[in-house]
Amino acid sequence: MQHNRFSRGMSDYQIKMAFIMPTMILLILMNIFPLLWSLYLSFHDYNANMPKAPKYIGAKNYIDVLTDPDIWGYFRTTAYFVILAVTAQFLIGFGLALLLNRTFPAKGVVTTLLLLPMMLSPVVVALFWRFILASDDGGLLNYLLSPLLNLPGIRAIFDPPIEWTTDPKIAMISVVIVDTWMWSPFMMLIALAGLSAIPKYLYEAADVDRASAWFKFRWITLPLVSPLLLIALLFRTMDAFKMFDIVYVLTREGGPGTVTETVSMNLYRLAFRNFDTGKACAMAYILLIIIVALSNIYVKYLNRVKGET
Amino acid sequence: MRRLSICFILLMLIVTVGCGQKDEQTLTIVWAEWDPANYLQELSEDFTTETGIAVDVVQVPWPTFQDKIDNSFVGKSELYDIVIGDSQWLGRNSVGGHYIDLTEWINENIDVPAIYGPAMTAFAEYPKGSGKYWALPAEVDAAGYVYRKDLFEDPDEMSAFQEKYGYALAPPTTYAQLRDIAEFFTRPDDDLFGIATWYSKEYDGITMGFQQVMWSFGASYGDTQTKKVDGYINTEDAVKALDYYRDLLKFAPPDAPNYYWTETLDAYITGKVAMAMNYFAFFPGVVDADTNEISHDKSGFFIAPKGPKGHYISIGGQGMSISSYSKNQDIAKQYLKWFMQKPVQEKWAKLGGFTPLKEVLESDTFKKATPYNEAFAASFPYLRDFWAVPEYAQLLSACQTNWSEAITGIKESKEALDAIAQKHEEIFSEAMKDTAEE
Repeated sequence: MQHNRFSRGMSDYQIKMAFIMPTMILLILMNIFPLLWSLYLSFHDYNANMPKAPKYIGAKNYIDVLTDPDIWGYFRTTAYFVILAVTAQFLIGFGLALLLNRTFPAKGVVTTLLLLPMMLSPVVVALFWRFILASDDGGLLNYLLSPLLNLPGIRAIFDPPIEWTTDPKIAMISVVIVDTWMWSPFMMLIALAGLSAIPKYLYEAADVDRASAWFKFRWITLPLVSPLLLIALLFRTMDAFKMFDIVYVLTREGGPGTVTETVSMNLYRLAFRNFDTGKACAMAYILLIIIVALSNIYVKYLNRVKGET
Repeated sequence: MRRLSICFILLMLIVTVGCGQKDEQTLTIVWAEWDPANYLQELSEDFTTETGIAVDVVQVPWPTFQDKIDNSFVGKSELYDIVIGDSQWLGRNSVGGHYIDLTEWINENIDVPAIYGPAMTAFAEYPKGSGKYWALPAEVDAAGYVYRKDLFEDPDEMSAFQEKYGYALAPPTTYAQLRDIAEFFTRPDDDLFGIATWYSKEYDGITMGFQQVMWSFGASYGDTQTKKVDGYINTEDAVKALDYYRDLLKFAPPDAPNYYWTETLDAYITGKVAMAMNYFAFFPGVVDADTNEISHDKSGFFIAPKGPKGHYISIGGQGMSISSYSKNQDIAKQYLKWFMQKPVQEKWAKLGGFTPLKEVLESDTFKKATPYNEAFAASFPYLRDFWAVPEYAQLLSACQTNWSEAITGIKESKEALDAIAQKHEEIFSEAMKDTAEE
């Protein structure tokens, strides 16, 4: 039989390779090659839309990026966003998970509904939050807040309508609100998975010992759920560091001015508007190094926590 | 056997149809998604009738328009034969080798003097004044204003305005008058504001809105020959212009720092503002009862006002270029030649397109074709453009960021203008160094 002849003609190793190679080739073409090619370009003066060959300039692109005060400003903006957004998502997500980690009617439906925001496209989310945060009479949030904002004392402080996306003091908070609305469910999901994996007998034993609710939370819940929480924090930090879509749509390319211009937003401008490809590659590598460093800190801490638990 | 025969026949049929589709010639034109692109698709049916060549006008949504074209050029894509692109792209796409040089062909086949001169310079020529052509003007546009005639012609409003400002209420001819009228109609308690104009950081929003004020107040982007910027864009006049533009924000709706085409148009058709600025090509929606229930029959139009030191208006519109990567360059040239014929241009104007042909543009038929064509034609002598050099994107980015910071109070006007001057000089100096090295 043809089939048997074919099988007999290949060693185990060859069969293994035949299965692995398509994936390997795809991985090399789609991931490894662009990674190496962009590393090569980061040391060259190169504009992808110009007919000039890349010209080697050593570390100039890296020096330019690292000595540009504007770019440091974008890094500061990004760090500010990451700290605010990830903290808010952690607190809200974990809080929701604690609330959901009990039996009540329609728990499945409530959980599914809470998960919906993270299933939407960030661009769609940003587009409809544009309407919610509009500062004129069409803005839903200002409309809902108007009874509160029009109270005499509060009116003097906030001077409504609140200009959610155009006031330099508030614009970043708006981006954080939208990102938190979208990604708190992710934090909730991971935390919920961790909470439901905690053995019930630990709580029963604590109940026998008449332990307080705080004691149970501090010495049972938190230590056992923290490895998963750290993983969620790691994912969210990495993702928040790359924030692009929401600022592109919601605050019109990082406005007002550069108040919400994150590193990724600026990277996009550098790479696809200005076509300063070499410098953009250098900046992307700096961003990559920062994310890898941050991830390592998390992973180290995660290993420590795992060891302790 | 019978089943096999049917399968064979079906297969042959599919192959035949497939081959037939491949043989049919199709010219692909790419443009932004807006009314003029629909007009062009309709107009191109005549070309198909005459030549048998199908024309497909691919429309890309405005927010991704530039990215899509740029990326197709970087990938040397054969997808598009004709690109209808912004005037600012001319420098980058000609130097980058993405547009074919049409100089010789235009001089031999097109009646250049019949085309409105500034349009040819803005949309076709690079470097400016060199006589080298890379495009033909397709849609010539200008920034203009729409206003609520019912408010302007209301006797009570007229007398109240006369009493307050000492002159008659009428469409403004100067920026000082524009400010007065905007102030007069600003009544937040009635949800009415004076003006909607472009302040957005998106793409070239605030730059296109502010530059005409800056020019009209006596400042400029810089010396086009020496590329010196310091002392041009950050003069006393420029500071006054930026202060003026920031002051105007007081008479605009609360979300105005985000306003660009769509938002200004929305503010007007929802009855929120007495005056709105936009490109004339966006005004069909204003006079259409389906899209503007409130004021479609109560709208008047006027050209951008003059300033204390001149009268300049931001140019809009696009030129038609042929992609270097197109396999249909000869057909594309045939289309361009067909498009510039007078009868075709007359039909183009009739459909709603803004013709670059002088004779058609100046005709009474054109001026009376829509309620805004007269104001559009009157804007022509005052049109000016942003830098159309290969570095335009970097230059634009500096303007957008700093002017956005100025109008939202992050920076003082002088500080923002000085920052632009410094950044622009750095960009030009780097570009000149690269050119010298080559």
